[in-house]
Amino acid sequence: MRNFKNTFDLYDWDTLEQDIYNISSNDVQRVLGKEKITLKDFKVLISPAAKPFIEQMAQRSQALTKKRFGNTIQMYLPMYLSNECQNICTYCGFSMTNKIRRKTLSDKEILEEVAHIKRLGYDHILLVTGEANSTVGVSYLKNAIGLIREHFSNISIEVQPLDQEDYETLIEEGLYAVLVYQETYHKATYKIHHPKGKKSNFDYRMDTPDRLGKAGVHKIGIGALFGLEDWRVDSFYTALHLKYLQKTYWKTKYSISFPRLRPHEGNVQPKVEMTDADLVQLICAYRMLDEDVELSMSTRESAKFRNNIIKLGITSISAESKTNPGGYAVAPESLEQFEISDERSTEEIKQMIQSQGYEVVWKDWDETFSKSV
Amino acid sequence: MEYKSKFNMIDVLKIADKTFNSRLFTGTGKFSSSQVMQEAIVASESELVTVALKRVELENESDDIMMHLKAKHLNVLPNTSGVRTAKEAVFAAQLAREALGTHWIKLEIHPDPKYLLPDPIETLKAAEALVKLGFVVMPYIHADPVLCKRLEDVGAQCVMPLGAPIGSNKGIMTRDFLEIIIEQSNVPVIVDAGIGAPSHAAYAMELGADAVLVNTAIAVSQNPIQMAKAFKLAVQAGRMAYKAKLASKKQYAEASSPLTSFLNA
Repeated sequence: MRNFKNTFDLYDWDTLEQDIYNISSNDVQRVLGKEKITLKDFKVLISPAAKPFIEQMAQRSQALTKKRFGNTIQMYLPMYLSNECQNICTYCGFSMTNKIRRKTLSDKEILEEVAHIKRLGYDHILLVTGEANSTVGVSYLKNAIGLIREHFSNISIEVQPLDQEDYETLIEEGLYAVLVYQETYHKATYKIHHPKGKKSNFDYRMDTPDRLGKAGVHKIGIGALFGLEDWRVDSFYTALHLKYLQKTYWKTKYSISFPRLRPHEGNVQPKVEMTDADLVQLICAYRMLDEDVELSMSTRESAKFRNNIIKLGITSISAESKTNPGGYAVAPESLEQFEISDERSTEEIKQMIQSQGYEVVWKDWDETFSKSV
Repeated sequence: MEYKSKFNMIDVLKIADKTFNSRLFTGTGKFSSSQVMQEAIVASESELVTVALKRVELENESDDIMMHLKAKHLNVLPNTSGVRTAKEAVFAAQLAREALGTHWIKLEIHPDPKYLLPDPIETLKAAEALVKLGFVVMPYIHADPVLCKRLEDVGAQCVMPLGAPIGSNKGIMTRDFLEIIIEQSNVPVIVDAGIGAPSHAAYAMELGADAVLVNTAIAVSQNPIQMAKAFKLAVQAGRMAYKAKLASKKQYAEASSPLTSFLNA
């Protein structure tokens, strides 16, 4: 049976790192002249040597994105269902060892949150939890999806990795997409940041998109958490993962996210800094590698950055997000996973997007498509 | 005088029981706003506009896209973009008929979300089922002459072969196959997907396509309204040229000293 680990094992972190940092300006110019960008070219585009060519990359990224996605930006909103967690993740506010009051939303609370979110206009929702399998396991998620299904056209989850049969159950219930980030593809660093809990199993996590592909989910979101390790090498592995998945599960759509470490309740500060320019370079490189992959931007980023990134290749964004369970209506003061940076209202974001000549898209799926399977 | 009357002849396109004066069909995706979309479609004089079912709030009577189409009395052609199987497509088409009150359906089954290439097997299955359910079926397919005949056999009222991968703006890359399809078809042939410039549209019409469907090239241009007009004119020009019979291309120049003149000596 094919899985990503076979591909992953062919590469060595340190060799890749050396490759990327040894790329020359000539290499970059050669790649910029090409029409089709390969994974090898992607390595060139994320190298320090490509930094002076960032404007050229941005122009190309914009044109490619417009061609495929048109003048549109998709809106989504995260809804945190629970902050219970049995993992220790050194960078996360929900980490088991943080002495905070834990909360998991009841049915009634979920519907109160939904009512608030619907008033803001959202039709694509992302459900988020920590990892607490006894209380927030498959049956809890199945129930939650069933509860909210009639209110949203498109339901995604960002929760603990599950087994293939569990995903199949949730897909049948109306689940559209699953986001699961590897955090880092550096095995030793991964161990340091995930010392305890189910999440400490690097291989099981990395195999999750394969299980999702086999389960036949409509969309898989992948990515790395920037700050744990060198972002360039982690991004190469993410791109490698993307290309493997696209070839293997060709009926599935893919999206990439770019979370940068933000201050939170824990105490880990970024080991490797990723500047705004780095992030722009990376977004453009992804777009040049793949015209069709969805690129998503959360409210972790600042207002100024988000205003400017709309035109560069991003295809979906959130606004007015709360990262705590009940954050919209039920329990605004509960513990949040991380501080958001762009606190503007949905209406303000909508206007910002429109003023740049883009249509704000609320609905781009229909729940009946999922039900008819 | 005779010349003039020939070109004033009414040249309408008939699909099922509907006639169209315009041979340019358009789409609603990728525009910067519903307002721009509406203006561009009006400027194109298109009489059939496809809209993705997944983008419409079916239960909401004041859905933004639908409101803008209704305001100009545009014929809506719902499409099934997003479905992956025949079963899903049939379900979606029925939903569209119920919610939008039309039995016309643009059948799009592309299980591959990257290049959006149509699945010929599922498309044929769905077309057959939908025709039986009373739909006017307009299938989006590869430029595959045999598949076109098979679709015709099961009752599809037209075929919509692609000119190039959808959204690629590459033009008529499937020319040789389109020529065979046009030659053989008993139903209208509408070139869908890949048309990136008015010259591509004109070329498809010169080849004898009955109509073209254009979306991305209009929606994503710097000035969608001007571009819509340009496509309108190109489609008209291409059609007129087709009707007037193009002079055939000369492969070789005629030699000044012919090789066979000795035969006449």
